[in-house]
Amino acid sequence: MSLLVHLIYLSPLVAGVGILLGLPARRTAAIAAVIALASALIVFLGYDRASSGYQFLSSLPLVTEWDLKFLVGVDGLSATLLLLTSIVALASVWLAPKVQEGENGYYACILFIAAGAAGAFASLDLFFFYAFHELALIPTFLMIGIWGSGNRQSAAWKITIYLSIGSIVLLVGLIGLYLLPSPAQRTFDIVKLQQLASTGAFSGPGSRSVYFLLLLGFGTLVSLFPFHTWAPQAYASAPVPVTMLHAGVLKKFGLYGLLRVALPLMPAAARSWAWLLLILLAGNILYVGLATIAQKQLDLTLAYSSVMHMGYIFLGIASYNVIGLNGAALLMFAHGLSIAALFAMSGELRKQTVTLNYLDLGGLATNMPTLSFVFGLATFASIGLPGFANFASELLVFFGAFKNSTPGAGFNEFQVVGTIALWGVVISAVYMLRAYRAIFMGERQARWQMVKDMPLSLGWTVMLLVAGLLIVGLVPRTVLDAVEPGIRLFVK
Amino acid sequence: MNPSPWIILFAPFISAVVIALLTEKFKKLSSYLSVAAVAISFVFSLAVFFGPDATEGFNWIDLGTFQVKIGYLINDLTRLMLLVVTGVGLLIHIFSIGYMSDDRGRSRYFCGLSLFMFSMLGIVLANNFIMMFMFWELVGFSSYLLIGHWFYRPAPPAAANKAFLANRIGDFGFMLGILLVWSASGTVTFDQLSGRWSTLGLSPGFMTAVALLIFCGAIGKSAQFPLHVWLPDAMEGPTPVSALIHAATMVAAGVFMLARTYFLFQPSATALGIVLWIGLITSLLAALMATQQDDIKRVLAYSTLSQLGLMFAAVGLGVPQAGMFHLFTHASFKALLFLGAGSVIHSLHHEQNIWQMGGLRKKMPVTFWTFFFGTLALIACPPFSGFWSKDEILAFSDRNISAFLAIAAVTFLTAFYMSRLFVVAFLGEPRSDLVDHAHESPGVMTIPLILLSIPACISGLPFIAPAFIKVPEHEGSPIGAFTVSLVAVAAGAASGYYLYKGKNKDSIDIPLFEHKFYIDEVYGGLIKWTQDLLANVSGFVDRWVIDGTLVRGLGGLTWGSGFALRFLQIGNLQAYAFLFGAGVVLLLYFILFGTK
Repeated sequence: MSLLVHLIYLSPLVAGVGILLGLPARRTAAIAAVIALASALIVFLGYDRASSGYQFLSSLPLVTEWDLKFLVGVDGLSATLLLLTSIVALASVWLAPKVQEGENGYYACILFIAAGAAGAFASLDLFFFYAFHELALIPTFLMIGIWGSGNRQSAAWKITIYLSIGSIVLLVGLIGLYLLPSPAQRTFDIVKLQQLASTGAFSGPGSRSVYFLLLLGFGTLVSLFPFHTWAPQAYASAPVPVTMLHAGVLKKFGLYGLLRVALPLMPAAARSWAWLLLILLAGNILYVGLATIAQKQLDLTLAYSSVMHMGYIFLGIASYNVIGLNGAALLMFAHGLSIAALFAMSGELRKQTVTLNYLDLGGLATNMPTLSFVFGLATFASIGLPGFANFASELLVFFGAFKNSTPGAGFNEFQVVGTIALWGVVISAVYMLRAYRAIFMGERQARWQMVKDMPLSLGWTVMLLVAGLLIVGLVPRTVLDAVEPGIRLFVK
Repeated sequence: MNPSPWIILFAPFISAVVIALLTEKFKKLSSYLSVAAVAISFVFSLAVFFGPDATEGFNWIDLGTFQVKIGYLINDLTRLMLLVVTGVGLLIHIFSIGYMSDDRGRSRYFCGLSLFMFSMLGIVLANNFIMMFMFWELVGFSSYLLIGHWFYRPAPPAAANKAFLANRIGDFGFMLGILLVWSASGTVTFDQLSGRWSTLGLSPGFMTAVALLIFCGAIGKSAQFPLHVWLPDAMEGPTPVSALIHAATMVAAGVFMLARTYFLFQPSATALGIVLWIGLITSLLAALMATQQDDIKRVLAYSTLSQLGLMFAAVGLGVPQAGMFHLFTHASFKALLFLGAGSVIHSLHHEQNIWQMGGLRKKMPVTFWTFFFGTLALIACPPFSGFWSKDEILAFSDRNISAFLAIAAVTFLTAFYMSRLFVVAFLGEPRSDLVDHAHESPGVMTIPLILLSIPACISGLPFIAPAFIKVPEHEGSPIGAFTVSLVAVAAGAASGYYLYKGKNKDSIDIPLFEHKFYIDEVYGGLIKWTQDLLANVSGFVDRWVIDGTLVRGLGGLTWGSGFALRFLQIGNLQAYAFLFGAGVVLLLYFILFGTK
């Protein structure tokens, strides 16, 4: 079983190297992605939900002096995110276009991003947890710079500088974390670190500053307000597979880091910084939400909306109780699938119409019935319609925020921000319905006569994503029953 | 375990899924599937009607300390509502077969209808707030789909968006109310709450606030002032949809919800007073607007708003049973009126202006007579059904003189605008060629009209109504209310008849009513000056201030702009990325090494 966990990140990694060495790009990539998805699915289903904790562990000691080793294993949360990674990776490989120049490099980069994300989710060692994420970031920068569209150089420059600074802040925080316990106890092993936490090793005076650094570092990677402005331009410029993988999967690394490392190790520090997180996430929801309404083309609307929706996940995290944290975890999965599906279809639209400007488009539903149907499903998923996973998660996030209150004692900060978040649901409906109407509804226009429905391959890909949203949305326990025991371990 | 409620709920769901995935291409089959599903729900609703009270459910989400349940609650209220929804629903489904016979999106239409039935029945059956909210949202979604059915025209998509957003605004309050109910009591289940709510020792202000937030949901769904603006626009949907969703069932869900959660309202006189006056204001405004509309469906839409307002007034007066009684009679006669209008529109090739009609009596006798009965029921002419339920509400308002007068005024106005509609559209001479070529609709449409006119005529009678609903007993003499009601109806009907008899254009012109008190225009301005302005400011700040100045400035400071720019100009990102990766590894190494 632990071999399967290794396969999830190894098969894209090895395939990526193989493609660089000359293997046929598309076929190799597809096979690797299918192997990874099958492994991830078996791991997800095979994870024993009755006994919580990490399973399928395997380790390779590297530097015993520092207690640094290559330790891999999963719990319900990482198994869920590995499944998300493999689904989105397969989808993005599947619909990657024919590339004129450097096709092998293109596919290898996609696979490296997927491998890096999967490796970060599977690692239970701080060093590799961080290093795998870096492995995923570099091909992201490269792909935007080389195969991006529009002002790709400036977009690549911005995301590189921005996320690098975020990563360095995070790195300093992680090093601080490593140094917090007494020298004899220091370890990179996340499992051991979590056991150490209960002895109070991380409750010292430095823990507040370390948590602050982790919050800023992880937060920047997740586009926490006001460190979010790298996202819109990068997502609009990046090739579709990169946008899907980054917005859908890689961005979740920061949230995963908070849930895996920062919160369990330093609960007191997390609670003491909750006020700051609440203010910033309110910025994500209200301010970025309003900025989303002002966008006039689909790719920017989706990019901004993706920044906005991070606010809900942060709210679940800030609430720091079983309900909110489960909601956050479920929303990571739901948002990953829905935003990947939306960006995939927006890419197809751009391919056919060149423009994504609302004023230019209109009435496309007549020509593209299937695409507009699936796009509609993904639209309503993203604005939290019951039946989709996004609703179940947002519901939990709201109840999580309102859990932190005394009955009848008036609104505290959690309820104030919870109320703002609730209004955010109206805001998302405004911009998504406006976009849907502007693109697909209304009278058929002569200039879009030649537009065709989406090709079958794209159809199956987005159907896969939407089906995932529906299955988890109708039966949220598929994911929650796996995630909940792990969360209960560190939230009393 | 009793399977009936689950069958009632899931039969339409299965139909919707099958149509969406399999029978899209087979339009006839899709329509029959949809009708069969609602027929099954109807039959099992009959079984539940004669069965015992029950409640049962399972955990949809289970986080140990927090559970979300999917479960049903069967009591008198559920039984009545199930019968109304599936009974009226069945007839409207059948009518739709004829009405939509030449529509190319028929499968999509019937899929939407089935989805709607599923959602509506979920609201009716729900035994807790969260489940009700889920189906509440789904009802809004199916309404969006059906209003926007003709998406290739300009108006329906706009109306669909407006409806969904107005509902979302209401649901914002609804969900906030649910969250407060839960955080104060620890439960969202109706039968637990109804016993516990008033014993929790909560402050009166808090209880009022919670009740009003929950009421927000009803304001949105039932299109009450100030969120009423979406319902008239929703008439852009196919007429059977207007009958089923925007008249008989969905918009009545708000009244049903208040009856279901009346325990929240009972402890707060303030909340009940606000419910009363929101209802009365809506009722009066809508009745005034209805007097100046020329579109047959819009007149009916405003009358729906007005009648829903009366139902809310009944709840506000402390007699939710009277509101439910009116909901029950209204469902059949309003569905009848809308389907009658649909029959006319279908026959006149989608002409909806009443001034293009006239003289339909001989052309469409079945439609004429059934519409006539529906009109009599709506204007509360004895002994038709609407009379009994409206009289009930009027009688209970006798202790509140201003409410009494408002309801009497609404009664007068209703009789006035309905006789105007009837006289102009059906009597006199034909005013256009369309009427000359009109013919009676086929049996699949007229039979539902005939069947609906039966309850429209008799369901209010004192020896029939109690079989369906406990009609509340009224203390004191009802003679006063009865007389006032009768005078108002007679005066309204007579003035409408004589003012419009034989006229070819409107003899009254009141722009304020015609333009719906300019409320749409005011809202348009509000949205422009609040939401759109804020959105544009945020968008601008994000692009030019946060990103433009701060980020670029910081980026330049940190890396040295010349240094970073040189890399950019070379365009050598690979080298750059490599350097960056190497730097990180070195940094890690030195920090670890240095601190040892």
